[in-house]
Amino acid sequence: MRYNERELLSLARQPAEKAAEILMRVPKKGSVLKKRLVKLVVNFLFYFRTDEAEPIGALLLEHCRITKEEENVFSISFIEEPERKYCFECDSEEQCQEWIEALKRASYEFMRRSLIFYRNEIQKMTGKDPLEQYGISEEARFQLGTRKQ
Amino acid sequence: MKLNERSVAHYATCDSPADHAGFLRKRVERHHHHAHHHHATSYQRRWFVLKGNLLFYFEERESREPVGLVVLEGCTVELCEAAEEFAFAIRFDDAGARAYVLVADGQAAMEAWVKALSRASFDYMRLVVRELEKQLEEACKSLAACRKSPRRSSSSGRKRHLSNPALLPLQEKPPPPLPPRRRSAASSATGSPAPGLSPAMPESPVSPETACFSKLHSWYGQEIAALRREWQERQKRGHP
Repeated sequence: MRYNERELLSLARQPAEKAAEILMRVPKKGSVLKKRLVKLVVNFLFYFRTDEAEPIGALLLEHCRITKEEENVFSISFIEEPERKYCFECDSEEQCQEWIEALKRASYEFMRRSLIFYRNEIQKMTGKDPLEQYGISEEARFQLGTRKQ
Repeated sequence: MKLNERSVAHYATCDSPADHAGFLRKRVERHHHHAHHHHATSYQRRWFVLKGNLLFYFEERESREPVGLVVLEGCTVELCEAAEEFAFAIRFDDAGARAYVLVADGQAAMEAWVKALSRASFDYMRLVVRELEKQLEEACKSLAACRKSPRRSSSSGRKRHLSNPALLPLQEKPPPPLPPRRRSAASSATGSPAPGLSPAMPESPVSPETACFSKLHSWYGQEIAALRREWQERQKRGHP
């Protein structure tokens, strides 16, 4: 599958929502924990060798599951391959929880659900559709009840 | 750079609804232009699927895997003065970046695509969510305020809204501009927040950063259930 790697690399250089040096292990046979600079930008998680400017890789964070593993450890897996886990070992339980919360909210799909929720609540309370002023109230992606979660 | 391509392709083809889809003709880009070489521009018809900030394209509508992906974050979408009618382009800030020139079937299709793609970025979605979050907070505050003040009997209960003048209607704000494009690292490093938005959202019970959905839902759900009961009671009184 072709993709615009250049733009993705540019995105990796943007200010991050969250960044830290974390031990990371990829779901490959024989792979071990390695220290990586992990950077969350929009719905992508980039990971770098700590002394390099260009990321080793990127994970699109849609349809993924963030799981607390043992102490200080969380994993990212994807729904079509739940056993293939990217593992992250943090410095502390606190850091681990912060990353779990941040990553759970990092998908476009999560934001879409938030938007639909707020829209619905505002509409119930005030009778007005808050999206009308944006001219996007008719767009399918913001409709209530028509989306499979 | 590695990408979790299998998962990305799965996201493209799974049954989560697309934000927009349709056939477009995609201009084939040549990597080298010889000064004296005259080559005709060619286009390939592809099935395009927009999901969030990702634009996938497939060889056929029924294809099981996308042939390509355009990550849309930081792009601009412009009408195109190509030789083709109904052409538009997806461009990026990067000096050397190529543009994606796409051709729709007609005026309506072109406009729908340009509109959908212009608003496809994660940044834009986040902006809208934060705006609505604030509006919900304001609506809740107004509701709490109007409960305390004496209520006038409503004259017309046809519209499903609180006729109490103490309840402020949603302020008629102009729609926020599209957020500034994420600039490439070569130019300004920090994207400035859109005017009118504070850069750091204060922690609030309604902030997605602090509350989880189910808590939020039940918190507001109680308010709304009470509100509905009151409204229904007023309706019964007002309409024999």
